[in-house]
Amino acid sequence: MFKDQIGKQSEKVKNVVERGAVKKFAEAIGDLHPIYFDEDTGRLSRYGKNIAPPTFPRVFDYGVIEGLHLPNKGLIHGEQSFHYVRPLYVGEEVYCYSQVKNYFEKKGNFGEMGFLVVENVGVDGEGNTIFTSSSTVVISEAVRKVLTK
Amino acid sequence: MSSLAVLQTGESVQEIQLAPVSRLDLIKYAGASGDFNPIHTIDEEAAKAGLPGIIAHGMWTMGNLAKLFTEYYEEGFVKDYTIRFRGMVFLNDVVTLKATLIEKQGNDLRFDVRAVNQNEKDVLKGEVVYQLY
Repeated sequence: MFKDQIGKQSEKVKNVVERGAVKKFAEAIGDLHPIYFDEDTGRLSRYGKNIAPPTFPRVFDYGVIEGLHLPNKGLIHGEQSFHYVRPLYVGEEVYCYSQVKNYFEKKGNFGEMGFLVVENVGVDGEGNTIFTSSSTVVISEAVRKVLTK
Repeated sequence: MSSLAVLQTGESVQEIQLAPVSRLDLIKYAGASGDFNPIHTIDEEAAKAGLPGIIAHGMWTMGNLAKLFTEYYEEGFVKDYTIRFRGMVFLNDVVTLKATLIEKQGNDLRFDVRAVNQNEKDVLKGEVVYQLY
């Protein structure tokens, strides 16, 4: 039922790697290292500035993929990956969008399970990719039935 | 501070054992990440979803696991981080974070990474490719 969504993507949304948001995020994952929030540590590092934790892109706004309606309940996060060209810098602007990469169904213990693969991308102001991330979401038969009603 | 560059294949970085998972941990992560799915914070919602209790956000555990590499920021960066969520993390679970070097290829260090609970069960398992500068 999501097959016709493959290839669809959202409009790019401008995000800023906000200093306060990075610190809060680092604190929430118990990784309050000064490289993420202390300005002196950042300035003296090879980056010359603070960086953000690898899973920080979770907080970005990737825009809306038109026609893709996912329930906010009953989904299982199956897999997640991040690929970085370089670390994210605190204070920089990142243009983010997402794209439906794949959808397939497989028989499992709980009936026919749907697997939706969505890729998120973050690029800099010049259009260079900083990171891509991919999420595989598992949608159970029961949830799909509700969706098609 | 030690160095990742001197690590030999088969060796591990210093593992980290987290404090027992608390509701406040998950409330904080919900706020910081913007993931307010109530099965992570509200008992009734978890019960409605057929769960025995609230469960940690998979991304909370994945975020925690990455900190095994944070202190090496002058040496390189996490280039690839891929994981599969294998089991649920419940309140009061004690999660241990591990990373073992499995391959060196030029500047790329490939690690097997996992988070295991107090019963030695993998809750999250995957790989990190750490690229040295």
